[in-house]
Amino acid sequence: MATLAPLATAPVERLHETWDARPGLYGILGTVDHKTIGKRYLVTALVFLMLGGLEALIMRVQLAHSDTHLLSPDAYNQLFSMHGITMIFWYASPILSGFSNYIWPLMLGSRDMAYPRVNALSYWTFLASGIFIYTALAIGQAPNDGWFGYAPMSLRAYNPGLNMDFYALGLIFLTVSTTVGAINFIGTVMKMRAPGMSLNRLPIFVYGTMTVSFSILFSLPALTAGSVFLFFERRFGMHFFDASQGGSPLLWQHLFWILGHPWVYVIVLPAMGMVSEMIPTFSRRPLVGYPYVALSTIATGLIGFGVWVHHMFATGLPAVSMSFFSGASFLITIPSAIAVFAWIATMWLGRPVWRTPMLFCAGFVVLFVIGGVSGVVTAAVPFDWQVTDTYFVVAHLHYVLIGINVFPVIGAFYYWIPKMTGRMMNETLGKWNFWTMFIGFNLGFFPMHIAGLLGMPRRVYTYPASSGWDTVNLITTIGAFLFAIGVLLFVINVLVSLRRGAFAGSNPWEAGTLEWAMESPPPPYNFAVLPIIRSRLPLWEDQLGDETPGMIPGEGHSHITEGVVLAEGRETFGTSPLEAEPLHVLHMPEDSLFPFLLAVAMLATAYGLVFSQWWLAIVGGLGMLACLVGWLWPRHLVTGERA
Amino acid sequence: MTAASRTGRAVGLALGACGLAGCGPLNVLARDGVTGSSETSLGWFLVIVSCAVVAIVTMLVLAAWARSRGRRARDDAVFAGSPGLPWITWGGIIIPAIVLVAAFLFTLGTLDAVAAPERAPAAIVQVIGHQWWWEVRYEGAGPSQAVVTANEIHVPVGEPVRLELTTNDVIHSFWVPELAGKRDLIPGQTNTTWIEARHAGVFGGTCGEYCGAQHAHMQLRVIAEPPGTFQQWLIDQRAPAAQANDPSTADGQRVFMTSGCANCHTIRGTGAGGAVGPDLTHVASRTTIAAGTLPNTKGNLMGWIVAAQTIKPGSDMPSIPVPSRELQSLAAYLETLR
Repeated sequence: MATLAPLATAPVERLHETWDARPGLYGILGTVDHKTIGKRYLVTALVFLMLGGLEALIMRVQLAHSDTHLLSPDAYNQLFSMHGITMIFWYASPILSGFSNYIWPLMLGSRDMAYPRVNALSYWTFLASGIFIYTALAIGQAPNDGWFGYAPMSLRAYNPGLNMDFYALGLIFLTVSTTVGAINFIGTVMKMRAPGMSLNRLPIFVYGTMTVSFSILFSLPALTAGSVFLFFERRFGMHFFDASQGGSPLLWQHLFWILGHPWVYVIVLPAMGMVSEMIPTFSRRPLVGYPYVALSTIATGLIGFGVWVHHMFATGLPAVSMSFFSGASFLITIPSAIAVFAWIATMWLGRPVWRTPMLFCAGFVVLFVIGGVSGVVTAAVPFDWQVTDTYFVVAHLHYVLIGINVFPVIGAFYYWIPKMTGRMMNETLGKWNFWTMFIGFNLGFFPMHIAGLLGMPRRVYTYPASSGWDTVNLITTIGAFLFAIGVLLFVINVLVSLRRGAFAGSNPWEAGTLEWAMESPPPPYNFAVLPIIRSRLPLWEDQLGDETPGMIPGEGHSHITEGVVLAEGRETFGTSPLEAEPLHVLHMPEDSLFPFLLAVAMLATAYGLVFSQWWLAIVGGLGMLACLVGWLWPRHLVTGERA
Repeated sequence: MTAASRTGRAVGLALGACGLAGCGPLNVLARDGVTGSSETSLGWFLVIVSCAVVAIVTMLVLAAWARSRGRRARDDAVFAGSPGLPWITWGGIIIPAIVLVAAFLFTLGTLDAVAAPERAPAAIVQVIGHQWWWEVRYEGAGPSQAVVTANEIHVPVGEPVRLELTTNDVIHSFWVPELAGKRDLIPGQTNTTWIEARHAGVFGGTCGEYCGAQHAHMQLRVIAEPPGTFQQWLIDQRAPAAQANDPSTADGQRVFMTSGCANCHTIRGTGAGGAVGPDLTHVASRTTIAAGTLPNTKGNLMGWIVAAQTIKPGSDMPSIPVPSRELQSLAAYLETLR
């Protein structure tokens, strides 16, 4: 290995020349900088959050009172379907990909993700698929069969419009983004860590995203296959789901939930990982039970593959298989309980500082437990028969999605925006933001449990006054609007901080992980000198000394302010998967327009298929082929020996 | 009454007293049926354990907050702290494992209890889902002995009744909360469940699986009555429709035959033999029309005939522009079909 150079002597100008995106349109569309891509992911996903939220508010007006006819049944059914699809597929997972994209290389001590161009492709296809699915709403033919699109109602006999064609193609399109993104995360965590950052020194956030990336690779193909089947059945007369032609409606349910349940963990485990970063920082001590939390993250991902049938307990399955899936659904509670008590113990045994991100984390712990137990009870098959497809389940899944995803995400924005923009967000507004969201959320969603126990089915566009559901629904609507005001306060706080926020400096929270080592916002090359890691919390070594977790006696301290330069082109270390021994110097790719063009070609193909404009589909297909050829065309490497 | 059910009643009263919710007709935590009762006991157990878990964790978080507020010197220095592993072994593993095993065993016990009735069923009822109503059939000795009705299931009190669930179109779900949890109606398969009402009464139910535009208007009722009354009901329902004797009802029958009604509806004993909509042979004996959308009154019947697409948009029932005088006699005729 090259000798270590002090930070002050790093050739900063040369690094800028090498890593800066080109000015102008080429730079905007062609950049492969993970920080730019990460920010784009975050902003785009927030836009989808707002769209899904607007859809929800319109529905809440309709449901505020019995027998309201603001929306036709058809409009209502499109709205609730789009709301679910948007939040689950186009908001909840991409927002976490945004954080992982931005934070990972900084946390791992690398200069980029493993496959920067694939990273760009992942973003552009996410954006393009989102534009595609919202085209459906714009022309009034949005998916209308709920987010899980059960057959046979998704088939042409019952659904002759383009609604479910958009659903099938939109999901296939999005799986491209999600799949290549997952591959990129796995490649990054395996090969792109700073020398010395062995597996027992990885932040829990990295464990979260890594686990779900594997979950995605093994579960998403089921959804892709199901969506391809659905499209072929609708358009080409095949029979996968039509029982009268020998198909099986339950085949769709199995395919969907084999993805659907692991997906629940996809949208919560990285968020739980972010909490595991924030709580120690604000408790001023390392996380309690780090190895237990890391292992329970992986265990949740694994057991998550064995519980999908609990979505199907009412379909008439044999008692023995219901007992098995019931048992697995109870079992998966244990890893979550471990994480909850690790967080509580960290707070209890630390000295908590109640800044805004910590408020969101503490609120999250409470909501996590409510959403957790309301899910565990549905593992009890006979109770599930009563509450499934009622507002009880709607309450449960919102405690999961909002409590375990949105609350950590907003907290994480407060935590990491100073790193991204160099500016702090306002603390006073932040506290207002938290309490408005927390009170609004519980006011809005807790009564849904009661509506469900009073027998209110989900997905009804109206209900009669005689049902006795008026009061709970009115409270829910008021709470939903209060919650929306809370989200609005967050947006205002972000916008104000961009111009007026106090300067953050490199490490405003005095946190221990590596992403706080460089100035804020980070330079395009992340690290002027590449660090060498000797503990789990390298920035706390000064204060904790030999007690720093993950430190091996005699191995010495991490090197942050001196390191290896690597400035002959876009270079960073390639390290071994377990111990992060430096193996190669990786030569990272330059900016490229091909990921963007490929996404555009895919969008054209999707439009061609959905509108039956075969010429457009063919042109788009040829365009995809051309982009791939251009992308993969061999190039001569600039300098000598490379991995 | 068991201790659990007493607690259940008490909590139910407390909920009601809070004014959080009036007691609706579909209350999951009220019960009458045999399977509904087992499910409700399990439900109360789970709800109470859940509330306890949430309360404990919330108090721990609040206590952690209170402790940190009480600290005098503001000291943000980082420290290594104690490992804190007992929190994880006890709070994260041992105690949850005990609670979960108990809940799992309770679940298995309840599954076993509701799997099958103790006696042979007193009746077998076929329930067939349609967008958006329920066809209900009781098979007799021969085709003439069959009973066909809609949206209402009559059952004898204190006797188990077996339900065979199929669908004519998409997936629906049979759900009468006080008597039994949901069981789906799925194309290509016959699911079975059973119900047993302990007391006479009317039990509300609704479709539990999203099934399209009018999923919101797909209710059903189970009417539990003494066995003698139930047998008499079966006999009445087997009879063909009442004869249209007086001029006014004869005119109504003529309107029925000439306005297109007979294309979709059957009235046994007349020429009307359509099989798309509900059998109307004894429509006047039913308590609601359009699957629980409206109470079955003459005015509602007339409104439904002329404005079905306004009342239940998307349903197969068209709005039929019957002139006012003819509408009167049509409704009068339907009123005689007891």
